[in-house]
Amino acid sequence: MRTILRLAICVLFLNPIIANCQSKMVQIKGGNYIPLYGRDSMKVSISNFSMDVYPVTNKEFLAFVKKYPKWQRSNAIKLFVDESYLREWKSDTILGVNQKEKSPITQISWFAAKDYCECQGKRLPTVDEWEYVAMANKTMPDARKLKTYNEFILSWYEKPKTFNKTIGSTFKNYWKVYDLHGLVWEWTSDFNSVLITGESRKDVDADTNLFCGSAAINATDLMNYAAFMRYATRGSLKAKYTMKNLGFRCVKDN
Amino acid sequence: MKLIKYILFFTTVVLMVSCAEKNTKETAKTEYQCPMKCEGEKVFLKPGSCAICKMDLKPITKKAKKVINDKISEESIFNLTSKWNTEEGESITLKELKGKTLVMVMIYTTCKAACPRLTGDMRNIEAKIPSDYKDDVQYVFVSIDPENDTPKRLKEFAKQNYIDEAQWTFLQGTEDGIREFANVLAVKYKEISPLDFSHSNIISVFNPEGELVHQQEGLGVNNKETVSKIIETVVKF
Repeated sequence: MRTILRLAICVLFLNPIIANCQSKMVQIKGGNYIPLYGRDSMKVSISNFSMDVYPVTNKEFLAFVKKYPKWQRSNAIKLFVDESYLREWKSDTILGVNQKEKSPITQISWFAAKDYCECQGKRLPTVDEWEYVAMANKTMPDARKLKTYNEFILSWYEKPKTFNKTIGSTFKNYWKVYDLHGLVWEWTSDFNSVLITGESRKDVDADTNLFCGSAAINATDLMNYAAFMRYATRGSLKAKYTMKNLGFRCVKDN
Repeated sequence: MKLIKYILFFTTVVLMVSCAEKNTKETAKTEYQCPMKCEGEKVFLKPGSCAICKMDLKPITKKAKKVINDKISEESIFNLTSKWNTEEGESITLKELKGKTLVMVMIYTTCKAACPRLTGDMRNIEAKIPSDYKDDVQYVFVSIDPENDTPKRLKEFAKQNYIDEAQWTFLQGTEDGIREFANVLAVKYKEISPLDFSHSNIISVFNPEGELVHQQEGLGVNNKETVSKIIETVVKF
């Protein structure tokens, strides 16, 4: 009798965790760093926050659209998604044949990713937060100067279809976060703050007519070609776009 | 055994409640009126016949002009639910701007370079709209700097720039709401230093249902196309 009672109480407490599909998070200690593209004061300070250990998976997103039908493929409105939103899925609530539950979710728009995080009581990371955590390798918080670090990322950029891999299949970095490089690119909350070439409207560097103030146009370290690729990609995105190799993960303020 | 039942019931209820989502449906109301108007403008909630002339009551068809259906289309910015403060200190959602052609631009009031020119561009556009259509267009400035651009500050800005009449609206949002709105417009912006932002210079035109119909890019550009799009939109609705 007692055991059953305990069990029931246990189930009651566990349920919210399971029901919300809360994925594992780790603490990231804030600090200062110089991003590839920053403010005119160069150094950016990052506050402490928590980050998902893995990108959001197909399974997790499936649970999300079941709970929030407005994000199902046939219901999501045109203001928030383009026509390739969740295109590989078999139906509104069934994954495609080649899609693994443990692979990162892709082909989702910024609006969908943002709402997913908010429904978990989290948010999307800023560009700076994401870059700050992603500049770590296995042992160092800032490995950007290492040749091997850049080579690893660039060799991944050349590999096709890494979005089919499962989460955790790359390395665990200094902060105990997996898969920032090697699986998919990730949405950030302020991706639309990138004002560099690749801006899809006018593909001209430092278009002074379209942008006011060009302080952000200067990159601090053009040797970091891998990061340059990321910024250029972000600059070319629109929030309703969905891409096969673009997923996301969430963060939370401490 | 009974206790277990209670606990299980309790657990289920807790789970059910946490998952429940509200689904409210609005029911459309139709009103009826005597075709002879024997009792003036009196309306009836049910069909039937007029007590005086005995003619069948007819459902009222409202005048077509200016009645926009209640539904919001998939591409409408009125799908955004974020809250905004106006320069008059009111709290609104974008949906409350429904019904007029909207000309929108993102600015911040401490801007020294582009924003004064953007404001000038907006004023030039407004000046070219025939006075017959003045009541059908709303010009909206959305601040990208909610911290400094308080409703009070926005009101001062409006006065300083002689754009304080009813057709001008200024909005202060939340960081999140502004980021989302910018993304709908595909406007890019970045804080460069506490009082300075880089941003795209884009003026957007929305029809009265909140759908984007035109964007003018750049500063001091020829606004002929923008003006004709606004007039076209006003006439169409």
